[in-house]
Amino acid sequence: MEIYEVVTYFTLLLLLFSAARVVTTSNVIHAAISLVFTLALTATLFLLLSTQFVALVLVLVYIGAVIVLFLFGVMITRAPLGKNAELDNDKNKLIGATISGAIFLLFSYILINGFDGEIVITSGSSTELLGEILLSRFVFPFEIVSFVLLAALIGGITLARKDEALVDEDQI
Amino acid sequence: MVKFDANFLAETELVYTDGGILAEFSWSLVVLPFVAALFITFIGKYLPYKGAEIALGTIALIFIYSVSLMFIHITEGVASEFFVNVGSIGQFDIEFGWVVDGLSIMMYFVVGTVALLVFIYATNYMEGEIRYTFFFTSLTLFAGSMLVLVSSPTLIQILIGWELVGVCSYLLIGHYWEKKDNSSAAMKAFITNKIADIGLMIGIIILALNTGTLRISEILYQSTHDYEKLSKVAFAAAILLFIGAMGKSAQFPLHVWLPDAMAGPTPVSALMHAATMVTAGVYLLARMFPFYKSMAPEALDIVMLFGVITLLGAGLIAIVQDDLKKVLAYSTVSQLGYMVAAIGSGAYTAALFHLWTHAFFKALLFLGAGSVIHAVHSNSMLEMGGLRKVMPKTFTTFIIGTVALAGLPPFAGFFSKDEILASFNHEGETTFFFIAVLGAFITAFYMTRAVSLTFLGEYRGHGHPHESHNMMTTPLLTLAVFAIASGWVNIPGVYTGFTDWVTTRKTKIVEYHPESFDLFALSSGLIAGLLGIGLGYYLYQLQGSAETGDDKIKIQPVWTVLENKYYLDHFYFRFIIDPIKINISKAVDKFNTNVIDRFINGVGQIASLLGGVVYNNLDQNGIDRFLNMSSSGTDSFGGRVKLLQTGRTQQYLMLFLGGVVTISLLILFII
Amino acid sequence: MIVQPVLVTAAALFSLGIYGILVRRNAVMVLLSIELILNAVNINFIIFDSMLADSLMQGQIFTIFIITIAAAEVGIGLAIVLMLFRNRQTANINEFDLMKW
Repeated sequence: MEIYEVVTYFTLLLLLFSAARVVTTSNVIHAAISLVFTLALTATLFLLLSTQFVALVLVLVYIGAVIVLFLFGVMITRAPLGKNAELDNDKNKLIGATISGAIFLLFSYILINGFDGEIVITSGSSTELLGEILLSRFVFPFEIVSFVLLAALIGGITLARKDEALVDEDQI
Repeated sequence: MVKFDANFLAETELVYTDGGILAEFSWSLVVLPFVAALFITFIGKYLPYKGAEIALGTIALIFIYSVSLMFIHITEGVASEFFVNVGSIGQFDIEFGWVVDGLSIMMYFVVGTVALLVFIYATNYMEGEIRYTFFFTSLTLFAGSMLVLVSSPTLIQILIGWELVGVCSYLLIGHYWEKKDNSSAAMKAFITNKIADIGLMIGIIILALNTGTLRISEILYQSTHDYEKLSKVAFAAAILLFIGAMGKSAQFPLHVWLPDAMAGPTPVSALMHAATMVTAGVYLLARMFPFYKSMAPEALDIVMLFGVITLLGAGLIAIVQDDLKKVLAYSTVSQLGYMVAAIGSGAYTAALFHLWTHAFFKALLFLGAGSVIHAVHSNSMLEMGGLRKVMPKTFTTFIIGTVALAGLPPFAGFFSKDEILASFNHEGETTFFFIAVLGAFITAFYMTRAVSLTFLGEYRGHGHPHESHNMMTTPLLTLAVFAIASGWVNIPGVYTGFTDWVTTRKTKIVEYHPESFDLFALSSGLIAGLLGIGLGYYLYQLQGSAETGDDKIKIQPVWTVLENKYYLDHFYFRFIIDPIKINISKAVDKFNTNVIDRFINGVGQIASLLGGVVYNNLDQNGIDRFLNMSSSGTDSFGGRVKLLQTGRTQQYLMLFLGGVVTISLLILFII
Repeated sequence: MIVQPVLVTAAALFSLGIYGILVRRNAVMVLLSIELILNAVNINFIIFDSMLADSLMQGQIFTIFIITIAAAEVGIGLAIVLMLFRNRQTANINEFDLMKW
């Protein structure tokens, strides 16, 4: 067993652990931080698979932007900070665990049977090629996605903007 | 869709063209009045002249169109047919279309001219009358229906036009339907015509079945070229068609509706008795003339017999009438007798020539009578008299019409009546010839009587009559010109243009046409006419009958018989209508009450019983219970199921994912 | 390196995300769980891309797109949560049952 594989398995283990923490912790901030760890470990996995550019995008976009957004969201919605037993919906816990467990077993069954013996050969960096493909063959979807992002930006601002009428009502 | 039918171009020696674009667009003659009628109905009331302007404009267009058709017809001769196929019944193509040949163009011209003048007259005559707009709708439709009839190249369209004319006449005769007499007159006209129509309909069916076509031109072609197909049924078909013609053209014994049709407003009478309706029968006979001539000459003898009976019988009744319009009505019947008898004797041109001249002078006489009636507010000649002083225009034109009808030269009636007499003489029908001469004498006599009682002597009525409005006298003057001059188009030996006009047809017309005046016939007719006028003048002027309104010639019992119209109406009532009314109706009623009603009541009772049983057992206990249960079941089920609708997204998602898992498991491990 | 451990890990991440969506009360936490699911998908894309050695690198490109879409989704999602919170003074999704019968 090579050192590379050991590192990979270890990463996967940590990934699972932090992901489980995201959904099980009773602390909102801890959940967010765990998501940061999950994403960072995913980026590590991507690096191990020699997809450096995607790993960087993941770090930049997710950890840099999305998580910050989440933290803002948590704070603005005044979700109870610190340990809070009320975070989970206890009635759903059993059913949720059952369903997600079943899905996990299904997926595992299919994936393990379907990809028996398949291996990954990691090559060197491919960032330059990726950039060329992205801006030549996939330039049209790329532009469309940027439009979607713009639309989401405007939509987010429109939705989250403080309504003047509501503000007045609050003041009264 | 539209095609020029060049089937028998080589048939006649006459040179003619297809009429060009003018003939091709002659369909507008037929369509225009119907469109106009629609407009009058819907927007007429809101127009300044209450829709009369639309009617007048339309009829003026038709007049102009018919004049232009007449013009090109005179200059180069037109004969063409156009067909529009609208479908088929079995082997028969149902085709409508329009025929533009000598006969139709002559009819277009007559209808257009007379209708235009009558319409102008009617705008003033009907002013302030009830249902003014509706009157013009019907009048326009009436003219349009007549155009449908005379433009018809197929028997089916003839039938449609025939019925349309009947319906419109019903509407117009019964214009003042609030009075029972008027509505019964309308009904009488309609039913009498309907009886005749059955003859026409059966005749058409026989002809169509035996020739395999509804096109008149093809039937005529077959009747002159293909003897086997038609020879067996020709006589029956000819007689049946003639029965149809009898109804519309008021031949004995189906003439009874026409005098009663005087109940309608006078313009209607003028239009109906001059240009439309009554000429339809003569037109049909003329249209089918080659068929009669070559296939059913025996039927022509019968046609002639009925014509002669009509001309004499109706003329005699006209003598005893006191109602001015009824005198003219019986005169019309009598003159139609002349036309039909002329067709019967094989004188195609003579009959149509008389139709042509008669249309103008009879329209003139009717409109003159209308003018008089408008002035004195009465139909009875006993309340008239001396009107020559107060109504000079009406008087002059009425005299012209009278003289034209009596047949004195150089007025129109002289030429046409002479031609009919000449053809009788030529055919060797001596008896009929003398009856026709007698008819001419009677005609002259009763018209003189009518003029004497109406215009000469002293006024016997009430109120102060006055000359009519210009709108009414102008048509009179115009028609007077026609009454004088319309006969000049066919003077034997001088100018016989009319003969060429009406014989310009796809099918060759074989007929007798005098090349010069038949001096015997001419002198007999003229003498008869002069004698009639002389006798009338003697009796009603010199004997002073006109002063008192008394008739000096009340020879019993002839007078009574005539006054009762040969008891023909009595006969109809006694032997046809009353038996139906009393015996058959009673029998039918009894049958109805005792058999049908009992049966129906029994069925009803059984059904009711059965219904009760079904209701109590099957319905209440079976179906209703089931329905109630299912509805309450749905209600409670819904009540429980709606709890699933919690509005909580997580539960929905849970159910959804549970479903996904279940289906995946099923697909993976079971299927 | 064999692919099955990575794929199973991705499936586990996906299942955990589902669990989080089903169990969490806080709308923000639900959004976090959705990110987990998207992340699992990303991992799958990358591992298949490496496995197939696709010359067009469609797996990586799709991953980039997914990340972008996820960012947009988070932006909109948080804005909606913010609106809901402002109107109802809570972020508990059990309270949002306007669609109830």
